[in-house]
Amino acid sequence: MGKKLKTKAAPEQRAGTILAAAALAVLYVFLFLLDNALPTNSFTVMLIPVLQKGAIFALVCVSMNLLNGFTGLFSLGQAGFMLIGAYSYAIFSIPAEQHNAVYQYFEGGIIKFSIPQILGNALGVNLGNIVGAIICIIIGGIVAGIFAALIGIPVLRLKSDYLAIATLGFAEILRAFFQWDGLGKLTNGSNLLRKYTNFHDIKIQLGGFIYQLDTVFPFLIATISIGIIVLLVNSSYGRAFKSIRDDEIAAEAMGINLFKHKMMSFVISSFFAGVGGALLAMFQTTVQAAPFRTSMTYEILLMVVIGGIGSITGSVIAAFLYIASSEWWLRFLDSGQFMDMSVPFFRDGFRKVVFSVIIMVIVLFFSRGIMGDKELSFAGMIRKFKNKKAKKAEAGKEVDPE
Amino acid sequence: MKKLLALLLAGCMAFALCACGTPAEPADDGGEAAATGDTIVIGVFEPLSGDNGAGGKQEVLGMQYANSVCPTVEIDGKTYNVKLEIADNESSNDKAVSAATTLISKNPSIVLGSYGSGVSIAASDTFAAAGVPALGVTCTNPQVTEGNDHYFRLAFLDPFQGTVLANFAKDELSATKVYCIGQLGNDYDQGLLNYFKQAAEAAGIECVVESFPENNSDFNSYLTNAKNAGCDAIFAPTSISYAQLIVEQAAAQGITMPMLAPDTWDSNVILGAAQGKDLAIYVSTFYAEGGDPEFEAGIKEWINADATNLANNGGNDMLAAVTVMGYDAYFTALEAIKNAGSIAAADVMAALPSTTLTGITGPIAFDDIGDAARDSAFIKTANCTNNVWDFVAVQGVQ
Amino acid sequence: MSEFISANLPYLLAGISVGGQYALIAIGYTMVYGILRLINFAHGDVFMVAGLVMVTAAASLPIGVAIVLVIVATIILGVVIERVAYKPLRSAPRMSVMISAIGVSYLLQNCALYFTGGLPQIYPTIPFLSNSVTIGGATTKMVTVVTPILTLILIFALVTLIQKTKIGMAMRAVSKDFETSELMGIKINKVISMTFVIGCFLAAVGSMLYFTNYPSVIPTSGAMPGLKAFVAAVFGGIGSVPGAVIGAFIIGICENIIKGLGLTVFSDAFTFVLLIVILLVKPTGIFGEKATDKV
Repeated sequence: MGKKLKTKAAPEQRAGTILAAAALAVLYVFLFLLDNALPTNSFTVMLIPVLQKGAIFALVCVSMNLLNGFTGLFSLGQAGFMLIGAYSYAIFSIPAEQHNAVYQYFEGGIIKFSIPQILGNALGVNLGNIVGAIICIIIGGIVAGIFAALIGIPVLRLKSDYLAIATLGFAEILRAFFQWDGLGKLTNGSNLLRKYTNFHDIKIQLGGFIYQLDTVFPFLIATISIGIIVLLVNSSYGRAFKSIRDDEIAAEAMGINLFKHKMMSFVISSFFAGVGGALLAMFQTTVQAAPFRTSMTYEILLMVVIGGIGSITGSVIAAFLYIASSEWWLRFLDSGQFMDMSVPFFRDGFRKVVFSVIIMVIVLFFSRGIMGDKELSFAGMIRKFKNKKAKKAEAGKEVDPE
Repeated sequence: MKKLLALLLAGCMAFALCACGTPAEPADDGGEAAATGDTIVIGVFEPLSGDNGAGGKQEVLGMQYANSVCPTVEIDGKTYNVKLEIADNESSNDKAVSAATTLISKNPSIVLGSYGSGVSIAASDTFAAAGVPALGVTCTNPQVTEGNDHYFRLAFLDPFQGTVLANFAKDELSATKVYCIGQLGNDYDQGLLNYFKQAAEAAGIECVVESFPENNSDFNSYLTNAKNAGCDAIFAPTSISYAQLIVEQAAAQGITMPMLAPDTWDSNVILGAAQGKDLAIYVSTFYAEGGDPEFEAGIKEWINADATNLANNGGNDMLAAVTVMGYDAYFTALEAIKNAGSIAAADVMAALPSTTLTGITGPIAFDDIGDAARDSAFIKTANCTNNVWDFVAVQGVQ
Repeated sequence: MSEFISANLPYLLAGISVGGQYALIAIGYTMVYGILRLINFAHGDVFMVAGLVMVTAAASLPIGVAIVLVIVATIILGVVIERVAYKPLRSAPRMSVMISAIGVSYLLQNCALYFTGGLPQIYPTIPFLSNSVTIGGATTKMVTVVTPILTLILIFALVTLIQKTKIGMAMRAVSKDFETSELMGIKINKVISMTFVIGCFLAAVGSMLYFTNYPSVIPTSGAMPGLKAFVAAVFGGIGSVPGAVIGAFIIGICENIIKGLGLTVFSDAFTFVLLIVILLVKPTGIFGEKATDKV
């Protein structure tokens, strides 16, 4: 997934690109099999949601990294933009006949249509669900982006920690706003939105067979989105972002329009946070404003730090590791048992203690995270491998270059 | 440095992988394989932490006691050990899905829970997708079972409970204006506020409704609002942790208007907060102590015998209605499994609608939606001097 | 008229009382920021831990001993956090230290969750503070009256300390210019430790007052009061002690008036609206010093 485009196309570069494409292809074949062919057992039952959630948080982390790592804007508003994305998605995809049940305290709400359903009538249910979901996800991103643009006008004038607390404050205001009964006909007040199109509804009909795309779909959206961010980071805009991060005053002196570029980074990051929020809504099957609180932003920030601020592949790896550890691998710490022995201090909540200690260790002793600001790429691996071989052949030394 | 980190992480991963592979799941590789084993898994989906943690723990106690009373079930002449797998949904709708998934990975025949309606609604689709039936114990919001073939419930419903309490306010308390307060974003609170308001207004009682945000601990201004609005009763369908704060602050402000509350308040935590204070608290609930002395003696002995159980019950052996409901839920599940004659989740789901049982809380039978038919609730009041719940009346809806 | 007062006095009383408690927390934020330029996100959680220590201590010790123990334990916790989590990062970018603070906050909350088993802990009654008192027709706890008085006394003592003593002078010097004051022979580490000692002492006192009013401690109890106290510090001009106190009282009172107006959904959000307005209109707060960016 981590393709880093260098300007000169060395042979390693080409080989790396081919390898990366091959790896992606293998991954998607595996995911497709996971959704359709592999047997359901205790392993796959845990694997599927971990992969889905991992992909979602990978996207959200990368979007936060674009802002914090590449543009140097310390924003803590991510949960707020995810909230907007999740709500926009859900509001437009609740089936018409479910409106009365979902908006039971608000006379069925004011939006009486469902995009996946309308498309379903024209394209067939399955295709309608896919296209409709994608459209609703994009709507989620756009609404988040619009809010970001409005919030950005005043907030982006602030610097470092003041920016952080102002964005954090806006996220909290948004959360209260979405819980307000006055908007109940749109947002269902503080109550759950549910019954909308979720990952389980995403299937495709090919030659008389129906294939599930539960895991393929979030991966596809996440891969495309992350790909767009990678292209952006490597473009001239990306270089402008990085120059703002490294030295604002020097960047301005070089003729970079600070406000324009900051705004651009802020809006794009929020757009993808909104997309991530929409995917999270699909994953959770119900959505409500209450959980999108500051601690969610903190968690995303910690993932970014673990991966390395300024590394896209780092963020992706960290997101998957974080989700898998917290949802799956470390669960045994809560079970009261270890290797069939009863351990009294392994009780509820111990997992989280261990987890937060690991995080503190990373923050304090490995503050560069897994990847630092480097990227993991096949081309880089090939190059390293070649260099090592060459060195060995040349000098016969066994000293590790690092 | 980087290499060290990489090694460390790889080590952690490998450790975690083999650690999570070994314990707790001896025979359930490959889906239906468990069906041939000698163990049957009943999933318990309850909040053990968070706002509803205290109530969830008491509900689980009932199931654990039932499990200790009857640890096996016989199907086709073969005896199976019943194993309870407990997952904590942390009283939080966003944690509910992953807790439910953890349960599904243990391959349960049926899932019991949860205390709290929001988490049950949030996890509903996960159980549906896995084809596992769920039996709600004390979640009272109609949306839990409505339109869901796989979700069943033992408790009465909020429209019923709201009406019972509204009637009680009208008939016994002669209330004319009631101050209603609940938590924002909590389906249980908001549902009850809504149904109580409907019933109260139909009975000619005026309602003032307000909601407080999550983690709020300052109720002084809300209570002042109640006083200033000229209300003569308070209706507070909140979880126990907020209830305790409301009780404390009402006592501190010298508020003497009676407080009405639904089943969540039926807890020794509330009694502890109200002890020695001049308050009138009425709750509607599923069971009144003294209904089945033999059962009560047994469970109290069991609770007192184990320090952990005693702590989970709030430090004393007072019996909460949710504990009794948990006990009934376990036996309803066993009955359904027996009726199904199989431990496959799909068969249990098919057998549930026709399952009947006489539980401690009364006869249990499901209607078309999957709700247990219940036509009466117990009203109890807090005795602030003796620290017990006094039985007031059995109330129904006519 | 008297009816109007007796109807609305409770809001004002509640506001002043909670405002005083926010003020005691806010000082911890504002002093640490003044010296380290660090938003100590863990401060609200230190406040929560102080509450939990009280719950545990009062279960087995007489209340007087427990109070002393809470204060000592909170101070130790604060200083240890500074030594372990902030000191090693002193030369690191500001963002890293802030992330470390967020990490500590996460750790404290999760440890609290583990030790309490996720159940709300009932705060013990402190005699005298918990007694009922009637003012102008409104009944309330003694703590409501005690809080503003105690807060003002402590603030007065603190301001005297900062203005008149040697360590106070050193604090002012360090907050003006970190490097230069180090060159002038000020023991930076001592000054920073002293800042945390004062901040945590006030947070411990604040927690006793706050939890006597709202007697239930949960792992996230510190999060909202912490954020509000921090906003109060920003509002008053971060780094300024009197500013933080005034900001805290304004937030406490406004929040309760909003609840009285029936806009309960926005009672928390209002704090942040206030924050954003002040950041846009006067980013340095009411009493903040004008900061100049050095190139």
